[in-house]
Amino acid sequence: MSTELLKTPLNDLHRELGAKMVEFAGYDMPVQYPAGVMKEHLHTREQAGLFDVSHMGQILLSGPHAAQALETLVPVDIIDLPVGMQRYAMFTNETGGILDDLMVANLGNDQLMLVVNAACKNEDLAHLRQQIGDQCEITPLFEERALLALQGPQAVTTLARLAPEVAKMTFMQYTTLQIDGIDCYVSRSGYTGEDGYEISVPAEQAESLARRLLTEPEVAPIGLGARDSLRLEAGLCLYGHDMNIQTTPVQASLLWAISKARRADGARAGGFPGAEQVFAQHQSGAARKRVGLLPQERTPVREGAEIVDANDQVIGTVCSGGFGPTLGAPLAMGYLDAAFTALETQVWAIVRAKKVPMRVSKMPFVAPRYFRG
Amino acid sequence: MSELRFTEDHEWLRAEADGSVTVGITAFAQDALGDVVFVQLPELASYDKGAEAATVESVKAASGVYMPLNGEIVEINPALDANPELVNEDPLGQGWFFRFIPSDAAAVGRLLDQHAYDRLIKANAEA
Repeated sequence: MSTELLKTPLNDLHRELGAKMVEFAGYDMPVQYPAGVMKEHLHTREQAGLFDVSHMGQILLSGPHAAQALETLVPVDIIDLPVGMQRYAMFTNETGGILDDLMVANLGNDQLMLVVNAACKNEDLAHLRQQIGDQCEITPLFEERALLALQGPQAVTTLARLAPEVAKMTFMQYTTLQIDGIDCYVSRSGYTGEDGYEISVPAEQAESLARRLLTEPEVAPIGLGARDSLRLEAGLCLYGHDMNIQTTPVQASLLWAISKARRADGARAGGFPGAEQVFAQHQSGAARKRVGLLPQERTPVREGAEIVDANDQVIGTVCSGGFGPTLGAPLAMGYLDAAFTALETQVWAIVRAKKVPMRVSKMPFVAPRYFRG
Repeated sequence: MSELRFTEDHEWLRAEADGSVTVGITAFAQDALGDVVFVQLPELASYDKGAEAATVESVKAASGVYMPLNGEIVEINPALDANPELVNEDPLGQGWFFRFIPSDAAAVGRLLDQHAYDRLIKANAEA
């Protein structure tokens, strides 16, 4: 690769820890540390894992009309998002396709903090500026702030040693606090299905905070490889794989993320790009939908594999797939024609020219352990 | 037990006393693949050199294991079905893949020896 890769503030630390580095969304990122994907995955489910997710884009919206303005771009209730809470959302386009998915937190004082995907962050910023730049102040914090995720059942114990107030937070709460003397934004959320936190920290203090967290005996560094298998077991979508500009929230099985107030019969119905198409699809049902899939053999079924029915007719495609270390078996997500999306439907993936039987499965594949108080 | 021979695809071969040749993947290969979660082993049959005889699925991706020489596969390692992680833990021992009878027994000796393979790894690392 000839183009210079971007680096997060933890790049030196990753190398020191012996990480295997790979290119991801233009960044030089750790895919695994010497422990390896399997052990890192299991460690996160059993104790606590520290992830560098500083490649993701943090964007601050401020001003009295920020919430109202953001609502014109997402099918989610932002106006009534309480101070100190975070919510999942997605940017849609005029046909209801998903431009990116994101987290939105209400900091109070007319400020919203967004976290968007690394691969989309420049487009997202341009989209925000173009669509709502005249209604609120838009401040990208791509260089200024790093983002760490501390995930797993021991995340609360370890982080509370440094900042006791985090133990009182519940799932999707968001607050400003000092950790080891460093001013941070902390949410109790993540991308693993486990209890845990995401910590936004000034870039210049990210490394010292990461080093401090790694001194806790329960905490191990975790790479992008395990991050992917953890989120897959949790049934969580990866943008660009499990949804994209050609899939709507209905097709992506993300209807739950469309707030009641923004639905066709809601108090502030529609008003986001592609609302008519999304509502029409909700009414009539999508022609294809994202479902969970459990291969019935040990063969992992990977992204791009064709899915066929008993008569070898192509009925869909696998969008994410691999091996679930906690599940102890292969697992996948795919888009299937509507007629085949009922739970337990028997379908087959084509792997190396052979049919691997799979069953349509409920998601998440591994029960989430979010702390709801 | 004779000395090991290697292919440029990071397989090792060991000529056994009974005339068969055992095949596995090298420590370098298993480290590059990451945690192995599934091995699809070959049918007992004749294969041409270069044919994909087995497939290794790691947490990251699927990779082919190729027939190093023309020959007939006569045995597969049954332990890999239940314990594919043996490929990571003991690549040159319990993590072997299959045994075959080469059509030309002398061809094994013409493959890379340890010294040549080590040079190949070194060249790869520096590339």
